Amino acid sequence: MGFWDSLRGRTRPRQANLDALFGIPTAAITLETAAGLRPTGLGAVCYRAAEGAAFTRTQADVVELIEADGGPAVERSVDRFGFTWLVARDDDLSHLCTDLHAVNTALEVQGFGSGLLCSLVPFAADDGRRVGLVYLYKQGTFYPFAPAGGEAGEQRRDNLLELTVRDLLANELPVEADLQRWLAVWGAPGL
Amino acid sequence: MAHSRFIRDTGLTVRMTTVMFLLGGLFVALIVALMAMMPVQYAPIIGLVGLGIAFWQWWSSDKVAMRAMRAREVTPEEAPELHGMVDRLCAMADMPKPRVGVADSDIPNAFATGRSPERAVVCVTTGILKKLDAEELEGVLAHELSHVAHRDVLVMTVASSAGIVAGMLTRGAQWGMMGRSRSSGGIAGIVLVVVVSLVVYAISFVLLRLLSRYRELCADRSGAYLTQKPGALASALQKITGEMAAIPTKDLRKASTMNAFFIAPAVRGISLSTITATHPSLEQRLEQLARIQAELARPVD
Repeated sequence: MGFWDSLRGRTRPRQANLDALFGIPTAAITLETAAGLRPTGLGAVCYRAAEGAAFTRTQADVVELIEADGGPAVERSVDRFGFTWLVARDDDLSHLCTDLHAVNTALEVQGFGSGLLCSLVPFAADDGRRVGLVYLYKQGTFYPFAPAGGEAGEQRRDNLLELTVRDLLANELPVEADLQRWLAVWGAPGL
Repeated sequence: MAHSRFIRDTGLTVRMTTVMFLLGGLFVALIVALMAMMPVQYAPIIGLVGLGIAFWQWWSSDKVAMRAMRAREVTPEEAPELHGMVDRLCAMADMPKPRVGVADSDIPNAFATGRSPERAVVCVTTGILKKLDAEELEGVLAHELSHVAHRDVLVMTVASSAGIVAGMLTRGAQWGMMGRSRSSGGIAGIVLVVVVSLVVYAISFVLLRLLSRYRELCADRSGAYLTQKPGALASALQKITGEMAAIPTKDLRKASTMNAFFIAPAVRGISLSTITATHPSLEQRLEQLARIQAELARPVD
């Protein structure tokens, strides 16, 4: 936000940058060959549902669009922070990315682009380790989020795995350089 | 292609810019008047001290405010819910995460302070945590984060510097009148300085309150757009202000120094007229939120 905007007390809601999503399939190949992490076939978009009928209508249209022509079923859930997760299932990663992109575009076109928080594509290794590739819309960058499997309710991150993934993907995707922005998404679908 | 439902509130911006311009003009007028009345030699020094005080207020705003409210910073381990909420709001707004504080007080309130977004702290009272549900609390936090993003502490400090300098001059001149009056010309000059300072102080007081109300409305707007739920902020405001009005004013006196940074004023505005209120009336704020809600619900294209 510029100086002039803050002086006038105006926030220009940051619009989402969507195109980097299509880099995920290439990154998935690297993750599989180098770290044994395979896509789980899930993909999720996390956003803040706006009040009012316009948003409900937009959301219904999006779900219908993805499910049309034998597309994957879409699940919708609301987490404890009041953010909505739209989860799509598709074993073909590039189809999945197209679906995620479609959700984002639809919301953006209707003027709800500022409500998008992140997209998430979870990966799993054979030994049970899981890592989610999170796309931050407002930054246009990715970061890994790996919850360490502990007892229920315990919130620990597998930082080593996260940093490994970051280094692996450094040449494939725009990875968030500021570690402060590596927001934890506990209880996200697929993790 | 992508458009936003963020309506422009040109009227508010114009009114606010005008007020800021007038405050700036007032400061210039004060300086010019002082230059013209040079007999008081120490006036520039007092003016500089006044500016120094304003600067110090801004520089140490986070520490002073936290101490005044007896608030303490909380770690993500101590308050995971609160931190999680702030985390997500900051990711949505694309701003650095401020520190989070909790003040042990039953008055339901929240404030944000700090000299820059990087050094900001957002603080809530235990009262507000008990009173509001998660959605409403998020609305309040978004309002406070908007204050941080708008650099309201800086804007209000700069805006108040004319008033601070004028106040210092009045004091200084009174002191000078008692101690150092040697010639009658000096007395006249000092009286003139007192009069000018008082006038400047009075005007800047009213303008400052006006500016403060506009900044609050701006923060309401930005906060509502951040959470996409103007209704949640509206119901939070109703709860807070309703509760605040029910608490005896006597207990709230201690909080009066902090009013500029609160989400709702802690002292009831009965003795103060609407002109001197630091916050807009509840009706004004609710009306604006209702308009935003209508805009969000506008049918799809």
